[in-house]
Amino acid sequence: MQLSKNLILKSRKRLLQMHFESGVGHIGGNLSCLDSLLTIYHEFLNKNDRFVLSKGHSAGALYVTLWSLGFISEESLKTFHKDNTLLAGHPPASGIPQIHFATGSLGHGFSLACGLAMGLRVNQQQGRVFCITSDGEWQEGSTWEAFIFASHNKLNNLTVLIDHNRLQGFGSTHDVASMSPLGAKLQGFNIMITEVEGHNIEDLRSALNKKTDQCHLIIMNTTKGHGVSFMENEMKWHYLPMNEAQYKKAIEDIENL
Amino acid sequence: MRQELCDALIARAKNPNMVFLTGDLGFMALEPLQEALKSRFINAGIAEQNMISVAAGMSHEKLESWVYSIAPFCYARPFEQIRNDVAFHNLPVKIIGNGGGYGYGVMGPTHHAIEDYGILLTLPNIRVFVPAFNEDVAQVIEVVGNCKHPAYLRLGRGEIAKDYSPPPYSAWRKITEGDGKVVISIGPIAGSIIEKCQSMDFAIRPQLWIVSELPLKHNPPPETLINALKQTKKLTVIEEHVAQGGLGSSLALYLFEHAIKLDEFNHCYAKAHHYKTYGSQTFMRAQSELDVNSLIKNVL
Repeated sequence: MQLSKNLILKSRKRLLQMHFESGVGHIGGNLSCLDSLLTIYHEFLNKNDRFVLSKGHSAGALYVTLWSLGFISEESLKTFHKDNTLLAGHPPASGIPQIHFATGSLGHGFSLACGLAMGLRVNQQQGRVFCITSDGEWQEGSTWEAFIFASHNKLNNLTVLIDHNRLQGFGSTHDVASMSPLGAKLQGFNIMITEVEGHNIEDLRSALNKKTDQCHLIIMNTTKGHGVSFMENEMKWHYLPMNEAQYKKAIEDIENL
Repeated sequence: MRQELCDALIARAKNPNMVFLTGDLGFMALEPLQEALKSRFINAGIAEQNMISVAAGMSHEKLESWVYSIAPFCYARPFEQIRNDVAFHNLPVKIIGNGGGYGYGVMGPTHHAIEDYGILLTLPNIRVFVPAFNEDVAQVIEVVGNCKHPAYLRLGRGEIAKDYSPPPYSAWRKITEGDGKVVISIGPIAGSIIEKCQSMDFAIRPQLWIVSELPLKHNPPPETLINALKQTKKLTVIEEHVAQGGLGSSLALYLFEHAIKLDEFNHCYAKAHHYKTYGSQTFMRAQSELDVNSLIKNVL
């Protein structure tokens, strides 16, 4: 079903609300990938498909997406980050059928997705595998191991999306360990690469609809803290929780986006 | 044991759900398996972290996923992948580490695997299998293949006297009868002392046991062994593994928890990764006093 603007707004607001109510951070990177998560889940993912969130620190965006589809209840979402919750700061190892793997240590998800894609192929099953990585995560050697594996084995049932928001834990990706320009660095393997504006749903939709006989890599140019004026492109919003005034302003910004 | 491994896996390859991933190893050994499995034999390249996670993903898709490499390359390098991707999800991935202990001898410390099962047993859900004889491998492969949990199979080199026929594979086996102290060993190293033990007078001959499955929580010592320990109050543990986290420390804790008191506890174990010089497995064992003569002194 086509993703509506209203649903995107509702999900963004719910994401901010849960982070405010739980007093936790990681908001910036959640806002940079929420649009792609909503697009994948609402418009592409069917029962034969699999999704892996390799950038596990955006678990909040995944939970909200699953909430938007009714897989996670409102009641459950209220427990986010609290004692005795299933909704930990990074995706849990069990308890939510739609979440296949506990992620959070970067550099695992792409390989896991390769395994799922290879498994579907060996089992001669239909279905696509989607995986979202961060951009800083490409500093992990294991991500490149997966990249080589996906390329060599022409995993054409695998689509990997990079949330290229250009900010990582303690600096910009360019300043910490530059791979700029990322698209050019990734060229040369047997992988189809598409670069999109990661907050443009039509762009995302078009890229996700592309057909190829190779693994498909989508570089999503995104903004950390997308839609919240004081968060956008600010590294501190990788970590900080919002106070009440900031939360009110963030909601206001999102509503006026 | 590689020949036996290959034969056993080929026998299992009839199962269409079986997949086998190798970290670019198996030359002059696994070609027949490659032929049998065809596209289900995957050379994942020299990329062990990815290989383990791929195996986890394939296991998630209900495939019987085997992974193979030189031991330290498949448990030390990708430890976090084993922990997060396999163990946390209790996926029945089967990891085969070749050259357990000092099996790679003169190849040097990077190839030695003397902390493998100790490290892996710190993880949830893991089961460890250590065959002692070449004859064990076919049965072990069946047990590991049917295991519903992550499994690590430490493969070594069978080493027994030519005219000795080992008893059928079992998680615990009594190898020699005698009135001497109780000796518990793990892995092929037990084979190096069987002949000498058998030649001893009954009064001093050790009661040699071999254990092949850990942890003890899921494979506790049998009652007859416990009774022998209560009677003799003397135990020697032999393993080609460091003391920390190994069979000796596991057994000591088990006996303590079960209030079984001993008067004597000898632990023969791998002392170190680094020595001034290197040599064959036999040479390396001698550096740790795991050679036959040193062991015999400890079992008397």
